Amino acid sequence: MPRLTIHSAGPGLTVQDTGRPGWTAQGLSAGGAADPLALLEGAALLGVNPAQAVIEMMGFGGTFSVSEGARFVLTGAVMQADIDGTPVAHNATYILPADAKLTIRAAQKGVFGYLRIAGGITTDPIMDSRATHLTAGIGARLHPGDTLPLGPDPDRLRAPQKLPPADRFTGGTIRIMPGPQSDFFSPESQDAFCATTFHRSPRGNRQGIRLDHTGRNFATSTGLTHVSDLIVPGDIQITGEGVPYILLAECQTIGGYPRIGSVIPADLPRIAQAAPGTPLQFQRLTVQEADATATSQEAQVRVLAKLCQPMIRDPHDIAGLLGYQLISGATPGDDLERP
Amino acid sequence: MTAQETAPELLPLGVDGILVRFARKLSEQANARALSFRDQVEAAAISGVTEAVSSLVSVRVGFDPEKTSRATLIKTLNALIATPAYIDPGPRRLWHIPAAFGPDFAPQLREVAGLAGLTPQQAVKEIEATQVRVIAIGFAPGQPYLGMLPDHWNVPRQSELTDSLPRGALITAVRQLIIWAADAPTGWRHIGQTAFRVYLPETATPFAFEPGDAVQFRAVSDTEFRTIQTNPDTNGGAACEVLR
Repeated sequence: MPRLTIHSAGPGLTVQDTGRPGWTAQGLSAGGAADPLALLEGAALLGVNPAQAVIEMMGFGGTFSVSEGARFVLTGAVMQADIDGTPVAHNATYILPADAKLTIRAAQKGVFGYLRIAGGITTDPIMDSRATHLTAGIGARLHPGDTLPLGPDPDRLRAPQKLPPADRFTGGTIRIMPGPQSDFFSPESQDAFCATTFHRSPRGNRQGIRLDHTGRNFATSTGLTHVSDLIVPGDIQITGEGVPYILLAECQTIGGYPRIGSVIPADLPRIAQAAPGTPLQFQRLTVQEADATATSQEAQVRVLAKLCQPMIRDPHDIAGLLGYQLISGATPGDDLERP
Repeated sequence: MTAQETAPELLPLGVDGILVRFARKLSEQANARALSFRDQVEAAAISGVTEAVSSLVSVRVGFDPEKTSRATLIKTLNALIATPAYIDPGPRRLWHIPAAFGPDFAPQLREVAGLAGLTPQQAVKEIEATQVRVIAIGFAPGQPYLGMLPDHWNVPRQSELTDSLPRGALITAVRQLIIWAADAPTGWRHIGQTAFRVYLPETATPFAFEPGDAVQFRAVSDTEFRTIQTNPDTNGGAACEVLR
């Protein structure tokens, strides 16, 4: 079985996939990649199932090698990378030859970078998912010396592809929808919230990010007496001291702090990828407007796949082309039927 | 029952969810309505519904926007609410869980008993005598909120937080008990200890409890408890009785 070896690792490397929905009633949030769009971009580029597991890298990358040549792509946060010194572009497919070193550096833009290897990481699933859920004690951070099993590449002869990344690294205007507790806040308070420029605080992780601002305190007078209620990722909760937090993939399932609104899923990657200090403003949508933005993973992948473009490379520029056994593998046999 | 409790609110919770909230304050009636409404939604097998999750006073009904719409689902849910079928059929399962209440395992029992106007012995007797229900699960995976204890147990959280508690600690506030599973500070008071693990992520059944389960605690001596703690063959000496 092919394996991925981690030679050096930043402090925030975990295995992630599309998460494990369905356990909310038992107190376990779905988790999965903090930037789900990056998962889908990688899947569209490599032509693989989005549910295959990837390496998520928060802030810092690492050094990796594979025991058998494999196609891969880097998505999400923009991180400078090279294969034995030859630069690797973001959002483009490459072959990592056996035993070559892939070095991924710190994020230049964004927070969460993703290394997706065709075939995916095939650690044993727990509750039907391989996603590390740190607060729930499922899986653990990755360390130098770890090796992970990889699945077979389903489409190893696929031509290299590139995809212009959706820019989600600069913050800006984030669309929010009303939630069950929005009217616990006065209309003036809700208006003021949308007229305030916040900055992503240095405090943040896979559970959520804190927002810094000056001026009005958005705490409700009854902030501590609400009965705890269900949370969805994207919810903006206001603590008793008036500090806003936006909840991400690994959030708790119920909470007692009132939530002024919820970031729509289409804009949540912009929150996950806002580096500390990035300015963020909020724009209220009606429920109808928010609902019109809802989409499925399948539909998103179809759209992304159409945006992928073939990448023409001079064979001389492809590191270790001869190291990749181009003719040894079997294909699924449906190459001609596929779009 | 107040007017607010008889007319649940249907509210958006995400682009793929509706929250049906039965009250803005926790009560046994509101919780019972939430638990039974969740069952009602599940039994109705509504097209496009992806999940029905209950919490203390509400149910979130998740849906696939490609298969149904918010407007359609609101109509269906309103019809279900109008169906007078929310008679609580009682718990499906009853858990019997041993707990130690001796000085080594219950550092705040005397304090809580005092606040409830009881002796520590009376407090333990009342806990043993009350069949509590899992009114919600959360804060940490599998961690149950158990209620409700008699009125005089309406003891507020303490303002100073306890930094950490042993796993399985029995803690209390506002007429509820929790079997502690989190690694976080809490303002709830530590009044007993179980050896029960509510969450075993790497097993076939990772979560012990379902919302609505009943739980009855049985006081054991500290000596007996230490034997239970070291026995790997049972989950803290607990037994689960299937009632229906």
